[in-house]
Amino acid sequence: MTKAATTYLPDALPVPASDGDGLQAPFWSGLEREELLIQRCRHCRTWVFAPEWICHQCHSFDLDWTAVEPTGVIYSWTRVWHPVTPAIAEHMPYLVGVIELPQAGNVRLIGNLLGDPAKAVEIGARVRGVFEHHPAAADNPARKAFTLLQWTPA
Amino acid sequence: MTEPGIRGKTAIIGVGQSPYYKRGKSPDPAFVLTLRAILNACADAGIDPRAIDGFASFSMDRNDPLRMSAALGLRELRFNSMVWGGGGGGGSAAIAGAAAAVHGGLAETVVVFRGLAQGAMRFGGAPPAQYLGGNFAFMAAYGVISPAQQYAAKVIRFMHDHGVRQAALRAIALTSYAHAQNNPNAVMYGRPLDAETYDASRWIAEPFHLYDCCLESDGAAAVIITSAERARHLTERPAYILGAAQGAGYRTDAGSFNGPDFASSHFASLAPRLYAMAGVTPKDVDVVQSYENFTGGVLMSLVEHGFFTAEEANDFLTPDNLNAMGGKLPLNTSGGNIAEAYIHGMSLIVEAARQIRGQSPNQVRDAKVSMVTSGPMAAPVSNCILGAEETL
Ligand SMILES: [Zn+2]
Repeated sequence: MTKAATTYLPDALPVPASDGDGLQAPFWSGLEREELLIQRCRHCRTWVFAPEWICHQCHSFDLDWTAVEPTGVIYSWTRVWHPVTPAIAEHMPYLVGVIELPQAGNVRLIGNLLGDPAKAVEIGARVRGVFEHHPAAADNPARKAFTLLQWTPA
Repeated sequence: MTEPGIRGKTAIIGVGQSPYYKRGKSPDPAFVLTLRAILNACADAGIDPRAIDGFASFSMDRNDPLRMSAALGLRELRFNSMVWGGGGGGGSAAIAGAAAAVHGGLAETVVVFRGLAQGAMRFGGAPPAQYLGGNFAFMAAYGVISPAQQYAAKVIRFMHDHGVRQAALRAIALTSYAHAQNNPNAVMYGRPLDAETYDASRWIAEPFHLYDCCLESDGAAAVIITSAERARHLTERPAYILGAAQGAGYRTDAGSFNGPDFASSHFASLAPRLYAMAGVTPKDVDVVQSYENFTGGVLMSLVEHGFFTAEEANDFLTPDNLNAMGGKLPLNTSGGNIAEAYIHGMSLIVEAARQIRGQSPNQVRDAKVSMVTSGPMAAPVSNCILGAEETL
């Protein structure tokens, strides 16, 4: 089993969980289908991310999950060297990117920058999304499948 | 004419601290450390601890005011308050709340405190959860969990936008260590830091080396606030509260790093409010205690408080300029969160008051206006300005 090689970081970090109110659920189920969905206000067309129940521009509750091309621009980044848990100590360092989506009102997503973690990172560089599927854990029925969105040079 | 706000209406009349220890090294539980800090503050103020009638803290402090009230035998508890927010950004806001409560007549003698020990309440630790919702859902699985991991990208972007070099961050770390060498209560007393050691230290998350990060400590710190009128009778040199502000800007904490002011300490909207209330300008400030969760937060805090522009940061941020002995802007004069102890910034408030009261281990000569900036990047953030009698 070479599971570690199929995901950028090992399955030892906290898994995204909906809060029970369903707010984030369309975003995560979209990623599982390899679709990037961002909320957009039906009333004033403002893009909204992270997900929220209300449009911050016009206070309409009528938000639409809109499919967006998974491409973007590196807004900022960091290279993490110190493991937050010993379970990923063998996987250091790793790269984190803050990615802006010009086609969706410049909303920002956080993801890993795939490839050599020692590489130089350039703010403003164009990147495209890569859907990284994490299967359900066989030994833990509570741990369901989920998908992350990672980034590679465009 | 009535003056706006709380300027000069209240004062810190005493400061206290427990011994400070490396994380997990305190022989006493947090509650004992907190009680010791409060009793020391009362002794410094020359008041009977039973005269305390209010408590204020921030960020999920675990020392319950009702228990402290019972343990200390307070005659009456009239005010207690804790500021929302998960970080040290609430420190000066707790001062503001206490000052407002005293000025408004809700209480007479309020303690602002913070106490932690035995590794509990570590901001730097990983959440124990296997699943994380809310904003963490968009970060944690990508390895963005600890404060260093959350804030590094803010500083990278700020440094990129303004051409700030690593040496500017280094100067902030070296300053805290230099000041700690004159402070026997500092955890890093007797352990100086030089530029070579900083440069060779490991990365935590770029641009933060090990020495850019606050310590993790056990300890407690407290200050006593009462009305200006009472303060004059009780102590020779009150540290008057000239102003305080808390909060955040437009959509600062929008999830998944969507705040428009992402590359910021989040003080841009607070600083003008603070200066206006205090009736001072950056030029009038004699000494600053600027919360170092990370040195990059100090960089942005000082810029947003108008001490220099981002483009001037490389020239301004040098160990000489920041030193208490003759520097342009004496910074973190007891060793700060990086070298004195990390009491979630409460130790900085104690030190700011000591500068006005003439009690600092690195006393700035004739310090009359003393500023604190609390918890940069961890919105809501807060700040306050203390002043000597002559500033009223
Ligand atoms: Zn709208």
